[in-house]
Amino acid sequence: MTKPVFEVENLSLHYLTRFGSKVHAVTDVSFTMQQGEILGIAGESGCGKSTLVNGLMGLFIPPLHPTAGDVKVAGESLMNRSEKEIRKNVLSRKVSMIPQGAFNALNPTRRVKDIAADVIAAHEGGSDTTATYARLMERFQLFFGKDTARVLNSFPIQLTAGERQRSVIGISTLLNPQMVIADEPTSALDVSTQKVVIKMIFDLLDAGIFNSMIFITHELPLLRHVANNIAIMYAGEFVEKGTAEQIVFDPRHPYTKALMGAMLSAEPGQKDRKPVAIEGAPPSLAKEIQGCRFAARCPVARPECSQKKQEIRMHADRLVRCDYAE
Amino acid sequence: MPNETPIFSAKNVVRTFGSGKKLVTAVDDVSFDIADGEIVSIVGGSGCGKSVLAKIMLGLYEPSKGSFQYEGHKITNQKDHWDEVQFIFQDPFSCFNQFFTIRSQLEAAFKIKKEKLTPQQISDRVDAGLMAVNVAPKDIEGKYPFELSGGQMQRMLLARIFALRPKVLIADEPTSMVDACVRANILDYLMKLKEELQMTIIFVTHDIGLAYYVSDRLFIMHEGKIVDQGKPDDVILKPTSPVTVQLLEDIPEIHKEWIKR
Repeated sequence: MTKPVFEVENLSLHYLTRFGSKVHAVTDVSFTMQQGEILGIAGESGCGKSTLVNGLMGLFIPPLHPTAGDVKVAGESLMNRSEKEIRKNVLSRKVSMIPQGAFNALNPTRRVKDIAADVIAAHEGGSDTTATYARLMERFQLFFGKDTARVLNSFPIQLTAGERQRSVIGISTLLNPQMVIADEPTSALDVSTQKVVIKMIFDLLDAGIFNSMIFITHELPLLRHVANNIAIMYAGEFVEKGTAEQIVFDPRHPYTKALMGAMLSAEPGQKDRKPVAIEGAPPSLAKEIQGCRFAARCPVARPECSQKKQEIRMHADRLVRCDYAE
Repeated sequence: MPNETPIFSAKNVVRTFGSGKKLVTAVDDVSFDIADGEIVSIVGGSGCGKSVLAKIMLGLYEPSKGSFQYEGHKITNQKDHWDEVQFIFQDPFSCFNQFFTIRSQLEAAFKIKKEKLTPQQISDRVDAGLMAVNVAPKDIEGKYPFELSGGQMQRMLLARIFALRPKVLIADEPTSMVDACVRANILDYLMKLKEELQMTIIFVTHDIGLAYYVSDRLFIMHEGKIVDQGKPDDVILKPTSPVTVQLLEDIPEIHKEWIKR
């Protein structure tokens, strides 16, 4: 058994509001990842996916605070460290993040190569620009091919959305991080561009630039193709975690089933299969929640569900947070 | 009653931007008729000209060449046009003013109507609109746009349509900012608009899956041209254009090989 590359133990995170109350955005999330694993995390908007990402990087910028738990990258804990130290030693080298909007991630007044050179300078020091540019050319060659020089010398606004997102991914993975966290990297792109970007991520994985990844999205069909394992998140908790095949083809938690039911598909003969929206809204996380968090929207909820807290446990070879899962 | 005159009628519509070397043709020689009560989807990748075409329909752009008619006449007065043709855009937050309550903005929308209603009637129509999208009017009482989530705001835009009851709705990527559950919800409401109010809906999207599900007719656009059109089943099962084939291949389907590794 090799050492896991990423360990998360009972991680809980909260936001402190200006009135002194707490919003518990993430509750009791635990998982471990082995070298080479791609974990997909899916859930509705506002379920705590992006908050979890900040926690996983050890980046606690107020009003976000850790409540409890631990995050370890290759055995090294990320908790209780200063933001500056995390930025210098952890981000980009150990854990790197691919943000959602490439528009916001790139400085519009600088060329792509200068933004990338900054990352190298900030982490490794040195100001030998010729060597840095040569290194950038070599790395970006992997996914831009003959367009490399053009892209590197462009300002972000001169690039298409897909090129911009690919540049962001290229910059995020420059320092060969052990772990990449991609937070909805393709949800702002159209389907064809999405495919190009995912293909690039696969190329980087094949080239061994990085080999473990957490991929966050709300598109389950996409995760089916990208991830080995999928975790479904609801109202700050993991409700089901299993292999991609288990989650997509044989969901057990009522929420996972409902999510799959809301998916659309352009496959012939699917036109009459109506996507079913999940009625209602997730519970407010500002208050203490008794019982199962999905109870109010669950189609198979029993009277006791709203009182009885559900624990996540093994069921049908995967983890499910529902005592009544079939 | 279905009208004999098409709602929109485009003949060789061209729309260009810029001039000389920097001339960009966004919509290139497009012709079509859209009948009353139809749901037509315009599908294509980023930059294919679908939003420009939607804006021509809204009267925000005039075609550079060719003729574009709404119910047999040219769009001359935007205000008159918007009395009957309304829209939903991609980003609901940029559609509402952050400094006014949602309710006041929904009521202010009635100023565009030629039909003059009393404040009580307007208030009733807004209530009905909110109920139509399953929001209790008291839930948004006194609320400002920033207090709601993206999905809820997108519903407010739909509530505005249910309240105004325009003849034609142009929905430009209404689902691209929301997650899969809310998307199913919004599609339900679009179907409801069609069934209850017999609205003509132009649905602009890059997701051929959504388009397949909602529409009576599909237009596939690429580089400003309509490259494929027809009934959804015909377009999906017997695509005549390589662009359609490509679009279909690029969707990650559950049961289909996507990217080989």
